[in-house]
Amino acid sequence: MKHTISVLVENHPGVLNKVAGLFARRGFNIDSLAVGTTEDPQLSRMTIVVHGDDQVLEQIQKQLYKLINVIKVFDLPPDKSVDRELVLVKVAVNAKNRAEITELVDIFRGKIADVGETAMTIELAGDSSKVEGAIKLLEKFGIKEMVRTGKIALLRGSDTK
Amino acid sequence: MEYTGAKALVESLKKEGVKVIFGYPGGTTIPLYDVLYDDKDIKHILTRHEQGAAHAADGYARASGKVGVCCATSGPGATNLITGIATAHMDSIPLVAITGQVGTALLGRDSFQEADVTGITAPITKHNYLIKTAEEIPQVVKEAFYIASTGRPGPVVIDICKDAQMKKAEYKHPEKFEHPGYKPTYSGHPKQINAAAKLISNAKKPVLYVGGGVIISGANKEVFELAEKCNIPVTTTLMGKGAFPETNNLSLGMLGMHGTAYANFTVTDCDLLIAVGARFDDRVTGHIERFAPDAKIIHIDIDPAEIGKNVRVDIPIVGDVKNVLKSLIEKVKPKAKNEAWLAQVAEWKKKYPLSYKKTKIIKPQYVVEMLDELTKGKAIIATEVGQNQMWAAQFFKYTKPRTFISSGGLGTMGYGLPAAIGAQIAKPEAVVIDIAGDGSIQMNIQELTTAVNNKLPIIIAVLNNSFLGMVRQWQEVLLNKRYSATNLCNNPDFVKVAEAFGAIGLRAKKPEDVKKVIQQALKSKDRPVLIDFVCEKEENVFPFVPAGQAINEMLID
Repeated sequence: MKHTISVLVENHPGVLNKVAGLFARRGFNIDSLAVGTTEDPQLSRMTIVVHGDDQVLEQIQKQLYKLINVIKVFDLPPDKSVDRELVLVKVAVNAKNRAEITELVDIFRGKIADVGETAMTIELAGDSSKVEGAIKLLEKFGIKEMVRTGKIALLRGSDTK
Repeated sequence: MEYTGAKALVESLKKEGVKVIFGYPGGTTIPLYDVLYDDKDIKHILTRHEQGAAHAADGYARASGKVGVCCATSGPGATNLITGIATAHMDSIPLVAITGQVGTALLGRDSFQEADVTGITAPITKHNYLIKTAEEIPQVVKEAFYIASTGRPGPVVIDICKDAQMKKAEYKHPEKFEHPGYKPTYSGHPKQINAAAKLISNAKKPVLYVGGGVIISGANKEVFELAEKCNIPVTTTLMGKGAFPETNNLSLGMLGMHGTAYANFTVTDCDLLIAVGARFDDRVTGHIERFAPDAKIIHIDIDPAEIGKNVRVDIPIVGDVKNVLKSLIEKVKPKAKNEAWLAQVAEWKKKYPLSYKKTKIIKPQYVVEMLDELTKGKAIIATEVGQNQMWAAQFFKYTKPRTFISSGGLGTMGYGLPAAIGAQIAKPEAVVIDIAGDGSIQMNIQELTTAVNNKLPIIIAVLNNSFLGMVRQWQEVLLNKRYSATNLCNNPDFVKVAEAFGAIGLRAKKPEDVKKVIQQALKSKDRPVLIDFVCEKEENVFPFVPAGQAINEMLID
């Protein structure tokens, strides 16, 4: 079972190391981890996608809270949150399939970020299912390189945490 | 007032009430040591190895309840503290470890004696700091002591760059410390307490399972009251020794791998297990699914992460155990009659007492019994790790908290002697005894110098069986006596070793010598005494639950 957890941490050097080290030594599996600044310059927000049952999720949250630099930890259920991921995909192209790929990118509301002689770099953003779907369709053209930011997410509506 | 960082550090330590620092100087702590040179309020105890300094600070903390302080230089000095810091971390001991670090201009360049101390210590500390400016020092020291000593205590490392110690800055003492990411829960949830009180009042076969959290919280009186009020038998973990008087009828002694048979039977058979400041360690539970299989479990702990970590719990209560027990005692119904259950427990006690066979060779258990008898049970016992530790736990009856000082979680050989030094400095009037093995004592034997120089009359009782006894026991029982690398027949002459260090060396070769040498050792008032007890070589610790078995399936003798 996948969970998305949002972790507010103090914006200090070494904090990422402490969080990553905790996951490694306790044997928690990270699918993705995205970190960046927030509306408050003192704080950073980490969005971590983990998999495990409810007991594992509970332990992860409790263990995170034991880190002094961690201010707040909460689970973001899929139905109560918006999530996005940004992907750059470098796809092999030739004269024949260029139009087909461009059309596909349009359907997914992506962008052609860069064009080379034998490859195109496509920028895609969206929730997990959209991003996964687009990548799957692009695979048949030959993906030469890919980079993903990992998921970021916030609660829906006016609620904040 | 403008101070150098080093001076600000020392002033801040004084504000935290620090009276003694255990340490070893080096290149990056020269500014600190220069300030300590003229200081009248803080005593510096020079150990002979940084590991000794960390364990001594830890022993000081365990014996006194105060925060222990140790310090070391950068690089190897700091890495030598690691075992001591990890030991304190596993047993939740409040410790502040100060390490020098290379100058800020040299950081990250693989400079001479540079090590990434905050990186290395992150998994074994409650928190750590790297200080690069003199201005930060007072605030960080305040935070470090607060974090180390509150909530679930633990070690905090302060790594201070050399130039931050030398530069001057305005000194301002921060009066208070609040941190948005650090708010321990001290009082238990009333609803949970009510539910627990109901379970306790209705239980037919309850047992209290008491751990080190009770000692840390100072809740021994409350444990006693609850046990007496409801007639509940009490078993303690190794860390919980001293939390409940073992001379009391309700005491079951220790449970687990080398616990008493009656404690293990009681826990296996109980219908309600009340875990207080204990963490269901594998050495306690054995096969986890078969631990207290029919029991409802109440788990009281200040650390929410301990609850549900190893076992499912029926009623979790997060809070300081002293506070929680106080509320609980008010709510439970007194149970004058728990007779059937207590009779069953008494029967197990009678049928399976701790025992050993006396022969013409000294039995280590007998030595521990005599130490108990001749000190009237009033000594502070430090231990090393292995068979010596288990016999010290089994055959000395602990009645008061902070009198059993032992590395429980990490199981650190070489802990006992430096920890005894720290304990003796914290409690100058107490009789302090390190119960040691011939293997363990050699791991930090250099600290005899520290004990001699500080005129500490510590007794080091070496239960010498010329083996790494605990590993040998496993090899005997599980590997058909294939004694791989456990034979220590080439040990040094411990009496001569003691004398070379300036301590008193004594030896007992026969059972009838045991009392005599202990009495002689107890006369020393200003010098450590090492006693070499030449013991039975292949004596085993029983009961013994082989790893992974259920705790009621033990080898009893």
